[in-house]
Amino acid sequence: MSDFLQFAFQGLALGAIYALVALGFVIIFKATEVINFAHGELMLLGAYLVYAFHNEANLNFYFSVLLSIAAMAVVGWIIERVILRRMVGKPVFAVVMITIGLSIVLHQIVTAKWGYSDRQMADPWVSRTVDVGDIRITQASIVTILVAAGVLGLFFAFFRYSKYGVAMRATAFDQEAALAVGIPVRRVYALSWMIAAAIAALGGVFISSFPSSLNPNLGFAALRAFPAAILGGLDSPGGAVLGGFIIGEVEVLMQAYQPDIAPWLGNNFHVVAAYVVMILVLMVRPYGLFGTPQVERV
Amino acid sequence: MSDGAAPPGSPAATVDAAPRPSRAAPGPARSRPPSPFRRLPFAQRLTGLKTSYGKQLTIYQSGFGRFWLAVLVLLAATAPFILSDFWLSVLNFTAIAAIAAIGLNLLTGFTGQVSLGHAFFVGLGAYTAGYLGGDRGLPFLVWLPAAGLLGALVGLAIGPFALRLKGLYLAIVTIGLVFLGEHLFLNLRSITGGPQGRSIPSPEIGGLDFGKLGGLSRDQSFFFLAIPVLALATLFAKNVVRSRPGRAFQAIRDREVAAAVIGVNLARYKVSAFALSSFYAAAAGALYGSYLRYVTPEQFGLLFSIQFVAMIIVGGVGTIFGSILGALFIVLIPRLVEQFSDSIPFLSKTSSGGGLDVFTFNQLIFGVLIVVFLVAEPLGLAGIWQRIKVYFRAWPFSY
Repeated sequence: MSDFLQFAFQGLALGAIYALVALGFVIIFKATEVINFAHGELMLLGAYLVYAFHNEANLNFYFSVLLSIAAMAVVGWIIERVILRRMVGKPVFAVVMITIGLSIVLHQIVTAKWGYSDRQMADPWVSRTVDVGDIRITQASIVTILVAAGVLGLFFAFFRYSKYGVAMRATAFDQEAALAVGIPVRRVYALSWMIAAAIAALGGVFISSFPSSLNPNLGFAALRAFPAAILGGLDSPGGAVLGGFIIGEVEVLMQAYQPDIAPWLGNNFHVVAAYVVMILVLMVRPYGLFGTPQVERV
Repeated sequence: MSDGAAPPGSPAATVDAAPRPSRAAPGPARSRPPSPFRRLPFAQRLTGLKTSYGKQLTIYQSGFGRFWLAVLVLLAATAPFILSDFWLSVLNFTAIAAIAAIGLNLLTGFTGQVSLGHAFFVGLGAYTAGYLGGDRGLPFLVWLPAAGLLGALVGLAIGPFALRLKGLYLAIVTIGLVFLGEHLFLNLRSITGGPQGRSIPSPEIGGLDFGKLGGLSRDQSFFFLAIPVLALATLFAKNVVRSRPGRAFQAIRDREVAAAVIGVNLARYKVSAFALSSFYAAAAGALYGSYLRYVTPEQFGLLFSIQFVAMIIVGGVGTIFGSILGALFIVLIPRLVEQFSDSIPFLSKTSSGGGLDVFTFNQLIFGVLIVVFLVAEPLGLAGIWQRIKVYFRAWPFSY
């Protein structure tokens, strides 16, 4: 039983990270109707920036994280301003492919600068643990869950109460109508890319300390968070959070129990389990659990 | 029947009247002076004017088509004896990649169903070839079509997802397919050899081994197989897109609901587009495997899928010719960089210590190409080619 609780908590911590990542997908999708395939690589860049500020320039860790978040917001703004703004009105497929191209470019920039080897982030909670009853909990996962909860709270408050949050929702709902009532749609697009990139930086920091380590393959973790975003419904932030936790739990529990219970599924089945769950859910609900069905007019 | 009851102008009313020329009669219309354009082939050449649907659909848009095709066939027949093995291997990989890219273009470019799962089908084809040709010892003429057919069958099974899902949701499911495929390739050890990979036999037709024809090198020999197969694949695809199913595909791409309204059977054509595209991918995979002789599961990852998408983007989405151009481009660039890496000053030789090594640089070019083509030239290389052609067709009166 204590084993199970241990795994369940690990799943929760992983789920919190996936929720953060999925939220990045959802923000971009809500505002621009595009899945940002470069998100994983934004995380990668964000994490390496923290590494650069903290380990290479010897700045305080928390200050480095803040710096990295700010820098990534600028990166997001540049990407939107230089490339994606030209693509407004082009087919979604084209824009998605551009983000794939961008992800490849970002990945190579990081490997060209920092190489392929594993790095140690040296975060302040390194690998310290806390014992709660029988469960051993790493401090990193507690911090992850707390920060994820904080960010999610901020995010929902922003969407609900702030002027730009409401503008973002309006733009997502109907771009033309938003323009007509005087919402600066371009600024909203730029803002959503900035927010997504900033969240990516945060996600990168956590992901490089818990499931992955700081190496160029960290971006693949974002591919594992795709199912989370899809599962909840691409345009539902709440769905993304729930999807993140579901995928996190599925992955950890599969890793723990599948080899004993269902060895015929093969080695490392937990890596693809998230996709299996996603496909099953999509078969029943084609727009995810909380996604809005698209109605087509003839 | 009394004359007075018939309305004026009706046949009954004019029976007794003097015969006069009728507009509906076929004779006089023929004698109208022909349109000034009819006798001006140059004007037709200039504008690409088509005067009938038949002309719109012909495979040779002008007499030059046949001529250039003959030249191309001649070049292909002599190429193995003229070009070096480096260029032949580039062309062989291009031919194989082009077959898969044509398949993807039929699905994504013509039917509008975005798929990032092409690598899975290519891998499926390669392993089928290995299993049937290697373990079962079947001849090439059996395992190549069998690989394609197995791909088509799996495509048929995936098709229904496309009926249920739209756009990006479908794209993500096809990504899932790649991951599931890699998982299968890693775990079905008896067939795929697991992470170590497996060997795949060389193609042989009736004693002719296309891995080693007479005294020719492997690249030379394979060329004689890859190019004819590509030609067949191109011809078939060309015929599909200019006939009924092709028009149905394009109607679905342009507007699904409208296509359904005018009577296109969405389920049937979407699923058959998937099956057709997977057939191409798996057949290409079988060739790919037998050219490489050895495949491992990690070759068929997401990046491989993205390469095919890049090929159709760079070549031209929704064109058969563009798929081939794109394949050539995407295959050629990294090989060129590798070949001439010594003379590119900023490339470092080692792959560990950071800095721009050959692999990183290639990937960088690859990513930049995707972005640049989509932003600056959405029609791709085929679009550029078309513009050059129009320029010279009207020469010297081009504008």
